[in-house]
This record gives sequence, C-alpha cells and structure tokens, in this order.
Amino acid sequence: MTHFIDRRLNPKGRNLGNRRRFIGRIKAHVREAVDASVRKRGITDMEAGTEVSVPRDSLGEPSFRHASKGGTREGVLPGNREYRAGDEIPRPQQGGGGAGRQGAPDGEGEDDFVFALSRDEFLDIFFEDLELPDLIKRSLAGSAVHRPRRAGLSVTGAPANLNVGRTMRRAMGRRIALRRPSDAALEELRDRLFALEAVFEPDAEQRAEMARLREELEAATTHRKRVPYLDPLDLRYSHFEPQPEPRARAVMFCLMDVSASMGAREKDLAKRFFVLLHLFLRRRYETVELVFIRHTHLASEVDEQTFFYSRESGGTMVSTALAEMHRVQSERYPASEWNIYAAQASDGDNYQGDSRDCQSWLEGELLKVCQHFAYVEIIGEAEARILRDAARGTELWMAYREVASRWPNFAMRRVAGSGDIYPVFRDLFARKTEAAHG
Amino acid sequence: MAELLFDGPDWNFDTLRRTTEAIEEVARDDLGLDVYPNQIEIISTEQMLDAYSSTGMPLMYRHWSFGKQFIHHERLYSKGAQGLAYEIVINSDPCICYCLEENTMPMQALVIAHAAFGHNHFFKSNHLFRQWTDPRGILDYLDYARNFLSRCEERYGPGRVERTLDAAHALMNASVFRHRRPAQPSLRAEAERAEKRIEEDERAAHYLWSRLEAERRSDPGEDEIVQRRRALGLPEENILYFLERHSPVLEPWQRQTLRIVRNMAQYFYPQRQTQVMNEGCACFVHFHILNRLHEQGRIGDGAMLEILHSHSSVLFQPGYDHPGYSGLNPYALGFAMMRDIQRICEAPEEEDRAWFPAIAGCGDWRGVLKDAWANYRDESFIQQFLSPKVMRDLRLFALRDAESEETLRVTAIHDEGGYHAVRDTLARSYDLSSRSPDIEVLDADLAGDRILRLRHTLRNDVPLDPRESEATQACLRELWGYEVEIEELQS
Repeated sequence: MTHFIDRRLNPKGRNLGNRRRFIGRIKAHVREAVDASVRKRGITDMEAGTEVSVPRDSLGEPSFRHASKGGTREGVLPGNREYRAGDEIPRPQQGGGGAGRQGAPDGEGEDDFVFALSRDEFLDIFFEDLELPDLIKRSLAGSAVHRPRRAGLSVTGAPANLNVGRTMRRAMGRRIALRRPSDAALEELRDRLFALEAVFEPDAEQRAEMARLREELEAATTHRKRVPYLDPLDLRYSHFEPQPEPRARAVMFCLMDVSASMGAREKDLAKRFFVLLHLFLRRRYETVELVFIRHTHLASEVDEQTFFYSRESGGTMVSTALAEMHRVQSERYPASEWNIYAAQASDGDNYQGDSRDCQSWLEGELLKVCQHFAYVEIIGEAEARILRDAARGTELWMAYREVASRWPNFAMRRVAGSGDIYPVFRDLFARKTEAAHG
Repeated sequence: MAELLFDGPDWNFDTLRRTTEAIEEVARDDLGLDVYPNQIEIISTEQMLDAYSSTGMPLMYRHWSFGKQFIHHERLYSKGAQGLAYEIVINSDPCICYCLEENTMPMQALVIAHAAFGHNHFFKSNHLFRQWTDPRGILDYLDYARNFLSRCEERYGPGRVERTLDAAHALMNASVFRHRRPAQPSLRAEAERAEKRIEEDERAAHYLWSRLEAERRSDPGEDEIVQRRRALGLPEENILYFLERHSPVLEPWQRQTLRIVRNMAQYFYPQRQTQVMNEGCACFVHFHILNRLHEQGRIGDGAMLEILHSHSSVLFQPGYDHPGYSGLNPYALGFAMMRDIQRICEAPEEEDRAWFPAIAGCGDWRGVLKDAWANYRDESFIQQFLSPKVMRDLRLFALRDAESEETLRVTAIHDEGGYHAVRDTLARSYDLSSRSPDIEVLDADLAGDRILRLRHTLRNDVPLDPRESEATQACLRELWGYEVEIEELQS
C-alpha cells in the first residue's frame, strides 16, 4: 500500500518565519552591514540586497560536549597500510587524524557565517523605525484595482461559491411546506407493515389495515419522489461584486537649485537625498509619481536626466521654484486625491529679498497641501565646521527657520558630505516615540 | 524475460507506481520485510532544504536556529559545495518518504527501495524505535507543538519564547531517559492533558514558597538530605525533565516548552544509537532488491549501472589519511557487515565457523539479519557481528590518544592478535555515553541555598569543553533561576 503525493506545487517560503527570527537575532550585525553598504553604494544600486557576515560566536548553540583535548581517547580508523600494533605515531599538529572523534558540529572556528539579505529585507532594515510623518490619504480616483466584496446572494454562480447554509435552510423550508414525509415516518409505516405481514393467518381487520398501510406507504414514497430532498430551486450562491479599492497615491516634488554655485558634489548629495526619499515613499504607496523642478532665477519642470545632469547658468531665485511647484500641483495633483511630498535641495544662496517671498509661498499655499516638506541645505565641508549652530545661516536658512517653527510638516537640515545623508534622513523621519508617550 | 519497469531517465507517476509495486513484491516475498504503509512525496529542492533545516521533519515549531540551518545549507548547495540528499525518510506511520524531483528514474527506484522499504522496515522492527517512539502520533505532536509555541509567542512575546527555547535546546542532548522508559500515553492525549494542566495552574494561586516560613534547623542532617533528594527524584539523568518538574521560576507554558523539547530529544534518541545499522539495513535492502529486479530483467543494464554508480559513491570509505576522510562511513560499515553476515550464513570459512558458530553455514541469512535489525543497536551489533574479514577489508586499526603520552599509539590492528581489541574499541566508540558527556542532576536544596548541583562523570578523563560548558550553564541558570554548579567525578 503506497501513496504518492506531489508536493512540488505546495506554497513556497515555508522557512520565512525561521529566517525572520534568525535575522532578528543578529539584528545588530545586519544593521551594521546595511549601514556600511549604504555608505559604499552608488545611488542606482541602492535597492539591491547585501551580504552580511556574522561572527560565528554570536550564533552559537551551546551544549555540554567533550573538549577536543585532554583525557584518553581511543578510536578505530580505516585504511591501515604500514602500522603494526604498538607503533607510535607523532601527534599531528592541529586537528586532523587523531582518535578524537568530536569534530565541532558547526565547523566552529571557521570563517564568519555569511549570508545574503534580499532586497526587501535590506530595505526593511534600511527604513526600520522610520515612518511617514503624516496620515496617508486614500482616494478612489485613478484606481485600477478592484477587489471582490460580498454582496448578498444570487441564484446562479460557480459551485465553489455555493452557500451551503442558505441552500440547506431553503431546502428544509420547502420540504416542510410541501409536507415531504420524513425518513422516520416512512420507517415507522414500514415497521408496522412488516409486523402485520409477520402475523400468521391474519384476520379481516388486519388485512384491511395492511392494505391501508400499503397504500399509505405507496403514497408517501411517490410524494417523496415528487418533493426532492434538494431542488435546484433551493440553490443559493454567495455573490461577489468587484469594488474599486481606494488607493493611496503620492507625488514627490524634487526641487533643486541648479545655478552655477551648485557643483557636481552638491548635486550628487542632493540626488542621494532624493533617491532615499523616493525609495521610502515607494514602500508606503503603490504609486509614487515624481516631479522634477529645477530653478535658477527661472524655474521649470524637467525630466530626471535634465534635472540632474544638465547645466544652467543664471541667478538664483528660490521662490520661482515654489511658484512652479504650486502651479503643477494645482493643475495636476489636487490635494484631495494625492499625498504630496516635497524635497528641496539648495546651497542656501538666494537673491536678496527673495527669501521673504519663499516664506509667503510656503506658508500661504504649499504647506497647507503638503504632507511633508523637507529642505536640505548642502554646504561645504569647511562651512560645516563654522555653521555648527542651526541658529545662524544664510538669509534663506533664517527665513525657513521661522517657517519650521510654525509648521510641524516642514523640516530642514544641513548636509556636508555623503556620510551625512543617511543620518539626516533618519533624523527627519525617525518615529517620534516621545510624542507617542507624552 | 520480464518487461522492463522503466526505460530512460525520465520518471512519471506511472513508472513510479509500477516500480514501487515491483520493489514491494521483492521486499515482501523474497526478504519478508514488514513495513508501515508508505507515503512517497515528491518534493522540490527548496522543499528539501526546508526539510534539512527542520531536522528532517515535515513540520516543526519556529526557531531562529532552523533559519540558520536553512541559510547554511542553501549557501553550500548554491555554491555547489554540497549536493542534496536524494531522500529523507521519517519514522512515522504511514512512513513518509521525500524524494527529490530532480532524481532520474533509476535513482528514484534506488531511493524508494532504500528508504521506503529499508529504513521503513528498520523503523518498524527495531526494538529501540518500538519502545521509545510513537510513529503514529509524531506528526500530530509536532503540529500541536508548533501551534502551542506560536500561541505562546502571541501571549508572552516572541523574545521570551525564543530565550526559553534557546536554553532548552542547549540542554536537549542531556535530556533523554537512557535507562528507564517513560510512561507513554499517546502524544496527542498527553498534549491535551498538558494544556489542561496549564490552565489550571494559571488559575490556582502559587503557594510554592509558603513552605519557607516553617522553622528550619541550621544544618540539615544526613537523613534530611537523603529524604529531600528522594522527594525530588534525584539523581536525575534527564535535566529538562527535572527542570520541568522542579524549577522554582518557570511559568506553566515554559514547563510545557521544556517538555516539547525533551520529547523531541527522546524521539531522536534511537536514531542516534542506530546510525550504522539503520543505514546498513537500508543499503543492504536496496542492493538486494534492485539486483533481484535486474536479474529478473525488469531493470535494464544502463539503469543498473547508474544505480551501482551512486551506490558505490555513497558507500565509499576513504582511508584515514585521505583528504576526504571524515570518520568511518556508517553506510559503508553497516553494509559491509550485513553483506558479510550473508556470506557467513551461506559460504563460511574455517575462521567464520570459529567466530560465529551459531550462524556459520546456517543458510538462513534473512532470519539472522532480521533478528539483528530487530534486537540490536550499533554498539551491540558491532560487538556481536563484526567479523575478521570486514576488519581486514576495511583495514581497521585502533589508535589511542592519551594526554599523558607524547605520541599516539596504535593499540591493535586487523591481525590475529588484534581482532578482539579492534572490535571492542569500535563498539565502545559507538556507545552514546562515550560520545556525549554523562551529566546528571545531583542535588538541589529548594528550601536552602537553591543551588542546582550537577555531576559530570568523567570517562577516560575527557573533560567538558570549557567555553561550551560555561554557555550551557548560563542557559541552565536561566531555567533554574538560581546558581548552578558542576562537579566532576572520576569514574
């Protein structure tokens, strides 16, 4: 008696639970590896997984076992060629040979335990403890996803959707209404009939009774045939209707100063910040659209390539970018349907007096519709040493500081090198645990 | 000439069924094997890796160490450093046997004969498995354990469950009943009872320490110590069992967790004692059955060559100085011994008549082997059946490594003067108590200092690994709640 079962199509990833626990166990090492690889990486492959190597010590599963040295051990080995009883063999230097049979089960003392983190695991850890600062708005517009919802019963449908409870209840009601003889009633008639048939030489009364019973039985049986136990009329199916699923959509505005003062280094830092924010948003929203707005003394919406790599010359008027963002947003991204995020990068230079305009653009229009607005000021390494105090800075910085003090959804930081990007990013989006407790 | 069972390397469920029936015919009618009903499952490589990492069981509770195993094997496999086993077989009723989908048809035939009939017969007939395992209930029990622990994770937090399991795993190998047999309610019934116990324990107030109030003499007399130890059932060889019953700090669910872990240890205990016999039996069975089918013309020459090729690579025994040497190959040793028993029964020589008067020339090798499979374990099997011819063929020699001596010493080789010594040494090395340390709970004064005293009985002066021992004691402290001491005793 042998059964064959094809298990190949069983769901995969049965071990994910254990893997998650394992990664949780070595969180510190994984975190370190992720941080290190983020620092090394280019922007384009930010999303790939990474290799993590963990010292074996931290993964030990101890147990009482014999030491590899000491005491007397005796064992049997195969493949003797020249030895005779009583021969003495010099002790091998390390491990190898010997009669000690206790090989360390996990190959202790070997290299570190190395394994690969998948892309999702990498990003999970990368963005761990970070959260989006504002509630997510959901809307039905533009939704392509429909999900089936229960919507009552129907008389037709696929067998898989048969509503057994409902069907049986209706069948029972019908059987009662149409007085279908029950199994028990039929059985009783039969028993009485058999009892009479067993009587030897029945009298006239018994004969009449028998005839009556036979008739009744006949009638009941035909009645039962006419009123089936389960009729196609009884069938009820659960009905499902596709309903559009509300979707959370986000648009991310990238604003950058591209005037001559922004060199390749500044642009690279800005780009890193934008990429991080984009990755982060992508994990929370099904769709994230990107709008790139660059500005000198004029602002325009451009594509990604132009945004990062083409050069422009001209003065610097930050407010033009904000005005452009307002235009694009009000034309294409109504705040009722979209979650709006903005990240602005600049070196802090601005046309004299323009910072007031920026302030009024932000406070008058943009911050009312934005979920979050992050401003990153990119400064030189040398400047970073001078400008340690957040209370001092360019005119734009000072103007923005006022805004930040009034608007919780506005955040600003300074960045001097690529090493700062990730800490600054974490700092901006760190989960506000104190707030939660207070 | 009979018709071929299959032709070519590809398999489908038809050829599998046909081949299994033919194999079963030989197993039943020729060898007279007695097996559990088989359940042969075809699985993919990922599923095989899954099974690897959960100690071969089809379901298992969740723990990080299984994740580590999986990653470890997956990495070795994807680098090509390690092939996958062709099969995994589980001591359950029905007997579950996993076959890899990538096997060719001749390999499937080999695997089915090996696992579904060889191992299966061994599981069903060997006295250790019959006494100590419950093949009918094991899957139910694993299912229960998994659900129980995942409910614990929900209620008490994954961190606490993980710490308890870590500590329990560390003590797992020191937590089997070696001598007395535990009461054996069906595992399912036990699970239900245990759950009820937890509920009631939680409801009841805990008056464990109320006894402390009583007046105590400053130093307990001999009698009192004896009585105290008797009350705790000491000495106790099964550490987790002791902790489960007497630890002052554990919560009911933790006691149940320890119980699960030690039941698993007990379930695997017979396997650890019968490696050579189990593999030897399976290899002997597949070799005999497939040769018989080949003789009958039901397996083609090409397929037979492939079968023999993998047969001989599994049974390869490199010499001690070969770079690929990693101890005696249990497949090779078991198979060689069982083939030799067959030879001794059928065509004995003078030497065999002197060594094995009871079986030499009796002709009934099937009976002799079946009796051996049923009633022996590795140690006693080697002690009883290792013949001079096998020792010569494998060129076995015994080597002593004494700390007190400058050099290693060859104490005996495969010659007239050494046969007995080599056999005794080999048998001893398969004695589990010489492989893993002998540790028992000696004493614990619950009303006094509450130090848990363990005793390690030294064998041949082999000490415990100090680092491992320290880490394991930390686990023990976690479960006991107070200090732990180990004393060493020369045997």
